[in-house]
Amino acid sequence: MSNETIKALAIQATKTRKRLWEMIYKAGSGHIGGDLSSADIITTLYFEVMNIDPKNPDDPNRDRYIQSKGHVAEVLWTTLALKGFFDESILETYYQYQSPIIGHPTNKMPGVEMNTGSLGHGLPISVGMAIAGKMDNRDYKVFTLMGDGELAEGSNWEAAMSASHYKLNNLIAIIDSNKLQITGATEDVMNSFPLREKWEAFGWDVVEIDGHDYSQLLEELSENKSVDKPKMIIANTVKGKGISMAEGKAGWHHHVPSDDEYQQGLDELNAQLEVLTHG
Amino acid sequence: MANMSNNQKMNQVFVENAAQTPDLVVLTSDSRGSAKLTEFGETFPDQMVEVGIAEQNIVGIAAGLAQSGKRAFAVSPAPFLSMRSIEQIKVDVAYSRTNVKLVGISGGVSYAQLGMSHHSLQDFAVTRAIPNLQVLCPADQHETEIMFKSLLETDVPAYIRLGRNAVEDVYENSDYGFEIGKAVQLKEGMDVLLIGIGETVRQVLDAAIQLEEAGISAAVLNVHSLKPFDTETVKTLASEIGQVITVEEHSIHGGLGAAVAEVLSEETNIRQRIIGFPDTDLVTGSGKELFKHYGLDGRSIVEETKNFLR
Repeated sequence: MSNETIKALAIQATKTRKRLWEMIYKAGSGHIGGDLSSADIITTLYFEVMNIDPKNPDDPNRDRYIQSKGHVAEVLWTTLALKGFFDESILETYYQYQSPIIGHPTNKMPGVEMNTGSLGHGLPISVGMAIAGKMDNRDYKVFTLMGDGELAEGSNWEAAMSASHYKLNNLIAIIDSNKLQITGATEDVMNSFPLREKWEAFGWDVVEIDGHDYSQLLEELSENKSVDKPKMIIANTVKGKGISMAEGKAGWHHHVPSDDEYQQGLDELNAQLEVLTHG
Repeated sequence: MANMSNNQKMNQVFVENAAQTPDLVVLTSDSRGSAKLTEFGETFPDQMVEVGIAEQNIVGIAAGLAQSGKRAFAVSPAPFLSMRSIEQIKVDVAYSRTNVKLVGISGGVSYAQLGMSHHSLQDFAVTRAIPNLQVLCPADQHETEIMFKSLLETDVPAYIRLGRNAVEDVYENSDYGFEIGKAVQLKEGMDVLLIGIGETVRQVLDAAIQLEEAGISAAVLNVHSLKPFDTETVKTLASEIGQVITVEEHSIHGGLGAAVAEVLSEETNIRQRIIGFPDTDLVTGSGKELFKHYGLDGRSIVEETKNFLR
């Protein structure tokens, strides 16, 4: 992968962060912490890795993206709009009366496969999609984004077992491991760690990466080398990544920035963009 | 020849139609034996997915299959499917509008002596309250046959409850004009309207025949579709007759009786009685014994009707 690709991804992710920061500020609601921790993962998927066509969102050979941690809807809506699945102006309507976009993914919008929002649903659905791909001899991949707090939901482990049972090497799941959830540290609320050992015990191929390093993201998201195992990417991330006042703070799980905070965050993101584009 | 159970009939419909319905996928949760799907699984192994004892997973996987173009039938015991995985049903199936048919086998008090954990007497109530989800329950093997043939062709989510054991026929064959959402009038009558669903339809019909001998003219309606509900037929017949009794293998709360009461609540001069299982844990007994104990069998319905009309 070229430095140009990585730089383009960094610029794209920063634009996404900026757009969703504005969206949450205007709407007065959103899950900013997880939006920012997963923004690099989602940007890499949509702008480099996945075989998708915004003009043909129902192509049977498309790669599938299932956002199991549905509450980070702002980063998804922003990404889909910037990728061209729908008009960017729709983002302006977020949270407003009769807006087509709501606080969780809804498949009434092009580019969204399934409605999510209740945690622990994405992986079972992804297993079904991956089984269907095998049945139909299609070579699409299924990408599932999960949270580390979400892993307390038992349904994930039912699905984890079935994915390896059916040797679903067309399934690549990513844990956005920002180590924080609404109440505090995941380790304290309900310890889902160690992740690697658990997923390996469930029969998955597991890699661990820096979830903000585009070259690692590109390398691991692009393929599953295993011929008979699903792949789990543990992406170590920082909740609130990109806006210093929000970084690593559970309180920013769904904190809405004040006027001053909004301006400060915007200035930071603009500065990052300036460095990336002209620096 | 003994009647086929509704499960066996479902298996037969799948076996007969699988080849010409290549997108049919049947899922089981370690339940293929009790679902009588062993033959289907052996004949069409590529169209069956086993998920093990994991009812949340069976619904999620079925939804993923359906979203990928499959006609997914998730077959699992009704007490678990309708409760353990109700949220997956609400979100992954109904809300996402995936073409998943949720088949709750061994429904009602099929597993009578196994206790409340194995009864499904709230499934109509919970599924009926979820938008975009049909709720169906066939009366006998013939209705099961035509219902499943229809379900192979529809593209909308549905919950279907089946009982475990063979039941006496209501119909002679499946050519009586079955239509999802359309109640079937089995007998005309002027004094009282008896409405049944699933396995109570035969009991209601028996009661109506016995009542005739006692000089009471009972109309009989089979509501195989709780949703979509045939509001028009129920309203029309109830208004004409004025006296209504509903009988269901379900809690008296939230099922057929409730659906009828909702429809009739703004009508005047109509009385209704709801026969079903009371809001308590049940005595021990076989399904047949429980029907008798709680007044769901033909003879009890006769007595209750007489009391009601007195």
